[in-house]
Amino acid sequence: MTKQIRQLDRVVIRFAGDSGDGMQLTGDRFTSETAQLGNDISTLPNFPAEIRAPAGTLPGVSSFQVHFADYDILTPGDAPNVLVAMNPAALKANLADLPRGADIIVNTDEFTKRSLAKVGYQTSPLDDGSLAGYVVHPVALTSMTVGALATHEVSKKDAERSKNMFALGLLSWMYSRPYESTLRFLERKFAARPELVAANVAAFRAGWNFGETTEDFAVRYEVKPAKMQPGTYRNITGNAALSLGLVAAGVRSGLPVFLGAYPITPASDILHELSKHKRFGVLTMQAEDEIAAVGAALGASYGGSLGVTTTSGPGVALKSETISLAVALELPLVIVDVQRAGPSTGMPTKTEQADLNMALYGRHGEAPVAVIAPRSPSDCFFAALEAARIALTYRTPVILLSDNYVANGSEPWLLPDVESLPDLRVEFASEPNGEDGTTFLPYLRDPETLARPWAIPGTAGLEHRIGGLEKADKTGDISYDPANHDFMVRTRAARIETIPVPDIEVEDPDGDARVLVLGWGSTYGPIGAACRGIRQRGLSIAQAHLRHLAPMPANLGEVLRSYDRVVIPEMNLGQLAHVIRARYLVDAISYNQVRGLPFTSTELETTLEEVLKNV
Amino acid sequence: MSEPVALKLTAKDFKSDQEVRWCPGCGDYAILAAIQQFMPELNIPRERTVFVSGIGCSSRFPYYMNTYGMHSIHGRAPAIATGLSVSRPDLSVWVVTGDGDALSIGGNHLIHALRRNVNLKILLFNNRIYGLTKGQYSPTSEVGKITKSTPAGSADAPFNPLSLALGAEASFVGRTIDSDRKHLQSVLRAAAEHQGSAFVEIYQNCNIFNDGAFDQLKDPGTRDDYLIRLEHGQPITFGTDGRFCVVHPPGGFGLEVRETSSVRPEEIVVHDATVADPAYAFALSRLPGLDLRNTPIGVFRSVDRPSYDSVVQSQLAAAKAKVTETPEQQLAGLLGSGDTWTII
Ligand SMILES: Cc1ncc(C[n+]2csc(CCOP(=O)(O)OP(=O)(O)O)c2C)c(N)n1
Ligand code: SF4
Ligand SMILES: [Mg+2]
Repeated sequence: MTKQIRQLDRVVIRFAGDSGDGMQLTGDRFTSETAQLGNDISTLPNFPAEIRAPAGTLPGVSSFQVHFADYDILTPGDAPNVLVAMNPAALKANLADLPRGADIIVNTDEFTKRSLAKVGYQTSPLDDGSLAGYVVHPVALTSMTVGALATHEVSKKDAERSKNMFALGLLSWMYSRPYESTLRFLERKFAARPELVAANVAAFRAGWNFGETTEDFAVRYEVKPAKMQPGTYRNITGNAALSLGLVAAGVRSGLPVFLGAYPITPASDILHELSKHKRFGVLTMQAEDEIAAVGAALGASYGGSLGVTTTSGPGVALKSETISLAVALELPLVIVDVQRAGPSTGMPTKTEQADLNMALYGRHGEAPVAVIAPRSPSDCFFAALEAARIALTYRTPVILLSDNYVANGSEPWLLPDVESLPDLRVEFASEPNGEDGTTFLPYLRDPETLARPWAIPGTAGLEHRIGGLEKADKTGDISYDPANHDFMVRTRAARIETIPVPDIEVEDPDGDARVLVLGWGSTYGPIGAACRGIRQRGLSIAQAHLRHLAPMPANLGEVLRSYDRVVIPEMNLGQLAHVIRARYLVDAISYNQVRGLPFTSTELETTLEEVLKNV
Repeated sequence: MSEPVALKLTAKDFKSDQEVRWCPGCGDYAILAAIQQFMPELNIPRERTVFVSGIGCSSRFPYYMNTYGMHSIHGRAPAIATGLSVSRPDLSVWVVTGDGDALSIGGNHLIHALRRNVNLKILLFNNRIYGLTKGQYSPTSEVGKITKSTPAGSADAPFNPLSLALGAEASFVGRTIDSDRKHLQSVLRAAAEHQGSAFVEIYQNCNIFNDGAFDQLKDPGTRDDYLIRLEHGQPITFGTDGRFCVVHPPGGFGLEVRETSSVRPEEIVVHDATVADPAYAFALSRLPGLDLRNTPIGVFRSVDRPSYDSVVQSQLAAAKAKVTETPEQQLAGLLGSGDTWTII
């Protein structure tokens, strides 16, 4: 049967099923195939906090959304064009996000009376006409998979579990994906059990062939490769990129990386990843709590390592006292906060940007630190390097504010040339710096960076004591002198304020925009997509995105004041807007959502349009 | 970790230029002097010695030692020292802490450092009071203690620091007294030789807020009958003319003190700090009563167990041994691992 082939410029697919259905893996594989084809991609997983919520229930639904296109895209997409629903719960949980006319592929085998009742369906939505506005493709996924594996030496349970590969095969056929990487992947994953390799490959092929033969799928789609910069790419999540950035910081500084961490969602993956890289001299320690984790990292920094601690908001709260100690000790320290929805345990698997205030101010005393935020998954790599650069050069704690959205989302990453990465080498103090040529002054500063010497234990002649008590300028001796304290407080503030950071860049292709949208961190994609939408309608709008939140770029005030209106969208109640208003006396409009989800570009576009109407 | 070359250091080399600011008569002075006098014996260069402390009177200690030192924050010294020690196995890292610092706010870090067996020498200056904050009761204060925060007497039972350390899997546990320099140094010597965590409780007099807390152990009139001086390989007897001894009563779980004349010599326990089962050292730690009678001092336990530092370092070394490329080449390989694609 010959099928019609239709060209599309972009597609958003959401794979949804029970936590045990392997939807994350299915999405990952589809993404990898799509990457091989050369589309631009952006992905967003969405999983429950419970490891295995009761099967077939709404809280147990796990999903993975992938957006791919023949042009460069900025977000995982607002609304899916295609939903793959492995059970009634997956359908119910995701239906509201689907626009009318979207394709729904359902696993009819799971639409039993019992499963329907579990999520409160009185009648089956497949029969009662409630899905009339959609294009529904009923597929007996489970039974067809089991049927296809009838001659295979696998248990019924293992056969049923391969149904995600059937679904993947079908979708790979529908969108004409190259699947060699998936076959290779299955061989690797089940290397120890060849019968499972065979079964999964067979299930995949059965899904593919089903698409080819069944009449229900009359059209096959193609999305041409995107025009991307030449080079070698890989698809990468934010947490993976951040981990690699820390490894790279170790290589480029020539220092051992020490990671102290206590497991917490969504930061644990960084601990997992870094613990694999011992051959780079990366030492990881799973501490007894977050306080110990940051303490050990600080102890390692004192000894000449690049001390790093990774956590989420609740952990940063616990680390606060030690970060203040690091401010007083003036030692390098990188604190990674992969933000999640708070307060307290909040929604641990959902995203938010509400730790900005804590990063900027959440310490006792005047305890300024540098704060930076990555804008996208691959940017986490460069943000980690930048955090390390500031920490090492200026001998200061740096807070790196990632969030669940960039941490678990993924995008293609053009691999950088290692030699082009910043040189982070540092010099430890090796001899006395006092005028008399014999004394060592641990708080004598470099006039340019205001950094004090990093004299690590083991260096003969530089024995000295440091601590949390206020120190006299230069000598570092304990001091209660009022004028000295005033001086030290101001110096510590100046140390951060004077760190040179790149100017903020404004994107205003039309050059005549009167409204500026200012964002920070993970909202870059949705804001960028919304601005594009507005410009496509012939309107002008400018976008600027903050990477450095402390210190802020020197040109920021000037930029802000050159627009009639400044809009600041944030996934919090206006934390950056507050800072901007206070620092620059700019009457910024704060636009906020705290739903645990990234902004959709459509809603941002609507909001920005309103602002544009009123200038 | 002794150096082949004799460094010929003296106590004076370990004195920093900082004015010591404890109250006159504080037991901390005696401990400081004993340690400064003892350090040269280790023949470790000053630059390779680090003292890390928390907060409290006792935690001012690093300022007075002419080595590397960090006066950190309340309770966290074991955590900070762990990061330093495990990443710098060439250093000799000492932790100085107080009863509040180690057992109250920092209890979690203490037990985890001990169970990991981090190569730290942890000196707990126990004065059974909060000194720096001017006299509140501490986790080692006796029940009913009247202090500023407990005018009606404290209601909570104290920790026995050695029992706690043993429960936390400590591989080395000892106790000594500020006023007995020779004994203090002998315990430190054993601690310094130990690979892994060495936990030493030092009874320290706070003459301002808890004066005389250990007087029975110091007063020539009572001390011999109160103190049990543990010596490896020796039968445990004490008191004037060895009139008391320690036995393991059949059918009992622990150890008991008896009149030596009432037992057969072979019933007297011979001290062995290397007994694998911590129950023995634990039983020793339970001997003293509230009145400090039957207080053992010396090395309770000293067993071999791989230190956290050595295990971690050998994992690192094993991983690095396989490396044939430069770090930059390795990094390029790591960045380009997994499924990649090339656009021309
Ligand atoms: C986070 C924090 N909480 C409370 C204090 C106040 N504080 C300082 S020392 C101390 C108790 C010290 O007692 P101990 O450890 O027994 O030391 P000592 O002074 O008796 O030697 C307290 C509560 C502090 N410095 N930091
Ligand atoms: S308060 Fe007590 S412990 Fe502190 S210095 Fe004075 S005597 Fe020593
Ligand atoms: Mg005390």
